[in-house]
Amino acid sequence: MASTYTPIATYTAATDQSSITFSSLGSYTDIRIVASLKDSNNYVLLRFNSDTASNYSRTWMYGNGSSAQSNRTSNATSAYAGASSGSDFTLNTIDVMNYGNATTYKTMLIRQNDAAGDVGAFVYLWRKTPEAITSISFISPTGSATIKTGSTITLYGIKAA
Amino acid sequence: MIQLGILASQISGHLASPTSYESIATVTVGAGGSSTITFSSIPSTYKHLQIRGIARTNRTQVQDALRVRFNSDSGSNYAHHYLLGDGSSASAGANTSITGILIDGIVGDTGGSNAYGGLVMDILDYSNTNKYKTLRSLSGREDNTQGAIWFESGLWQNSNAVSTVTIIPNGGTLFNQYSQFALYGVKG
Repeated sequence: MASTYTPIATYTAATDQSSITFSSLGSYTDIRIVASLKDSNNYVLLRFNSDTASNYSRTWMYGNGSSAQSNRTSNATSAYAGASSGSDFTLNTIDVMNYGNATTYKTMLIRQNDAAGDVGAFVYLWRKTPEAITSISFISPTGSATIKTGSTITLYGIKAA
Repeated sequence: MIQLGILASQISGHLASPTSYESIATVTVGAGGSSTITFSSIPSTYKHLQIRGIARTNRTQVQDALRVRFNSDSGSNYAHHYLLGDGSSASAGANTSITGILIDGIVGDTGGSNAYGGLVMDILDYSNTNKYKTLRSLSGREDNTQGAIWFESGLWQNSNAVSTVTIIPNGGTLFNQYSQFALYGVKG
């Protein structure tokens, strides 16, 4: 059997950053991203192929310590990853499914854990005319260097036989 | 003397070497669709199985589910619990004595074009003959007008080792073209 779940890239912010982009994603079936993030805005933007059009939608549910809720957003200009503005880091486990095909829109599943705030799960659809994802960017919502030092992002490639 | 391997296990409890996760088999649905996805002759040499995929069916609704069966058992030997976020509220529910474990979050034929549900399911300790088998999954669908995200768990009330996994649409009759299911083995 072919071994997979291969590390593609790892990044640790040595200083505060305004954006972090991964390109050269390799040839896998899915990408799993494990991101431990802190940002003064409490979230960071996540975009594929630098697409800033209104091509992202999401449905999510979360529990905040007192209740469970669900909501959704259509026609957004980015996806979002959790990023604590407190003393902790928010853990995001992100599965980008079948990212290399040019025949379907792309579905992404996110598990998000902020030990000081909430726990949640998200499903995203990226509706740009079907194309392979060739870059993934984490971007400060303000464009300033608000992604905090110590934030880490690791990409793994999972290749089907 | 400190045994470094044991010490490391105590720290993380979840170490994985680069060779501990292997691709076993993949099915990509071609033109005309497919009524059944079957992974058979699954080696018993792994600790856990994981199935990752995207799926859309021919059900004439915006949503569908899939049904997972083990060892071709179509009896009422399965149970299922779920936690659902449908975009407006969170809810939970369960089914008992059903004929397969339900995995929701699949796009039906009237869902947005080119949209496919995504799923990652784990079949835990699948070859252990001393316990019933448990499956857990995270799945979801989105099409820019509606969506749903699901946590689900399922039980197969049988202690046989799982050697075959069969996946069928729950409401539809076919998986649409480009649906894909990939089976992986995770070593212990």
